[in-house]
Amino acid sequence: MRKEGGNSQIVEKKQKKKNNVTIGVLALQGAFREHIKALQKTGVNALEIKFPGKIDEIDGLIVPGGESTTISKLINKYGFKEYLDKLYLSGKPMYGTCAGLILFAAEVLNEKYGLGYIDIIVKRNSYGRQIDSFHEMVELSFDKRKRFEAIFIRAPKIISAGSEVDILSKINDNIILARQKNILVSSFHPELQDDLRIHNYFLDMVLNK
Amino acid sequence: MEKGTLKVKTGLAEMLKGGVIMDVTTVDQAKIAEEAGAVSVMALERIPADIRASGGVARMTDPEIIINIMNAVTIPVMAKCRIGHFAEAQILESIGIDYIDESEVLTPADEKYHVDKWEFKVPFVCGATNLAEALRRIGEGAAMIRTKGEAGTGNVVEAVRHMRAIKDDINRVSVMPKEEMMTISKELGAPYELIMYVKEKGKLPVVNFSAGGIATPADAAMIMQLGADGIFVGSGIFKSENPLKMAKAIVDATTHFKNPEVLAKISRGLGSAMSGLEISKIPKEELLAQRGW
Repeated sequence: MRKEGGNSQIVEKKQKKKNNVTIGVLALQGAFREHIKALQKTGVNALEIKFPGKIDEIDGLIVPGGESTTISKLINKYGFKEYLDKLYLSGKPMYGTCAGLILFAAEVLNEKYGLGYIDIIVKRNSYGRQIDSFHEMVELSFDKRKRFEAIFIRAPKIISAGSEVDILSKINDNIILARQKNILVSSFHPELQDDLRIHNYFLDMVLNK
Repeated sequence: MEKGTLKVKTGLAEMLKGGVIMDVTTVDQAKIAEEAGAVSVMALERIPADIRASGGVARMTDPEIIINIMNAVTIPVMAKCRIGHFAEAQILESIGIDYIDESEVLTPADEKYHVDKWEFKVPFVCGATNLAEALRRIGEGAAMIRTKGEAGTGNVVEAVRHMRAIKDDINRVSVMPKEEMMTISKELGAPYELIMYVKEKGKLPVVNFSAGGIATPADAAMIMQLGADGIFVGSGIFKSENPLKMAKAIVDATTHFKNPEVLAKISRGLGSAMSGLEISKIPKEELLAQRGW
């Protein structure tokens, strides 16, 4: 468990460390600018990734929400698979929101993609069409002081998760935020609002690596 | 659990950003669009170029056609209702459409009022030619704006004019003193609160795509560089010589809009684009962008 506040020297040290951190955001399509803004607010550097580059440039990667079919087609077309695999194998933290969650999954029902970075089976658009998109206040296992406003847009469902997967938040029986080693996924969009706790959780994964 | 709120309505538009929304009239076209990487399709009976050519009253598409398209693809599906035609909008909402376009491409059903979009759980996108028109639509509940351009012409000049007009208006409002805002609101005919939002943030309160005349990857790149969040392509794809190739190229151009080397590569060997229309040769009363107010 993380402790905020308290010793101001520790906080200062952490901020100094953050200034040297660079997080890449896959910028092929979708809400990548919102993730970049959120990252900048936390004090780290953010880098738009439009082509597979060197993995040394970044300390972690966010794959944003967007249209998963579009993003996966562009990933294949521009040769991103090898780049993403390298990142994954290097152990650098990666966070997938919505479309990103779908791409990281071990299996996606009725679809060919699924990079196999996290042991979950996913069903796309599983809460229904846009008219069933919703938001709800949810509890985060790592910070129970205040609920988090989770916004779901034509969201995927995690149908099942392996025993290695840590469940960080749920609505009813549905897992909505989960982690396995260096991979974090959410079926909702923390980048669409101002609460930075999930981005900060991800940055802790990066800083503690 | 809250549904149909502005947050989820604008949320979908946020997810479409940096993408291309394509007009389609058949299941096969919808599949081609999805295959090419479209973020969404607009289900239509006729594409704008054909509506323009055949004249008559253009109405909401037969729900049968829309439902077939909804069943054929997994990306979100949009459909158009006539300006002010709330009953068409109700029908579209009831079949579970993902976004309604209250569109000047169809024949307006009301000469005075647009649809009260707050009454709906489904989000709306509306056309605009300048900032005030965009803010009026947002005031009525639109969750996404698209600059109108001139649909079905394959001529990007009007889309460019409207993008620039919105940008110029935003810049103007941003630098004006605060005490002038109520007068500006009155002069432009735009809601005061929304004018204040634009002044403070220097941008529209919702996502702004560009439509009407985009026919090549270069058109898409130009309009993205002018500040569009994404692109609608109507006739430009299925009136071109090789729709799948053209569709893929426009998707790529919308991602790599700032990169001329990539644009040069994807612009090569596409076959001919749709043949375009000179705006000045179109009779004034046939211009679509002037519909709506």
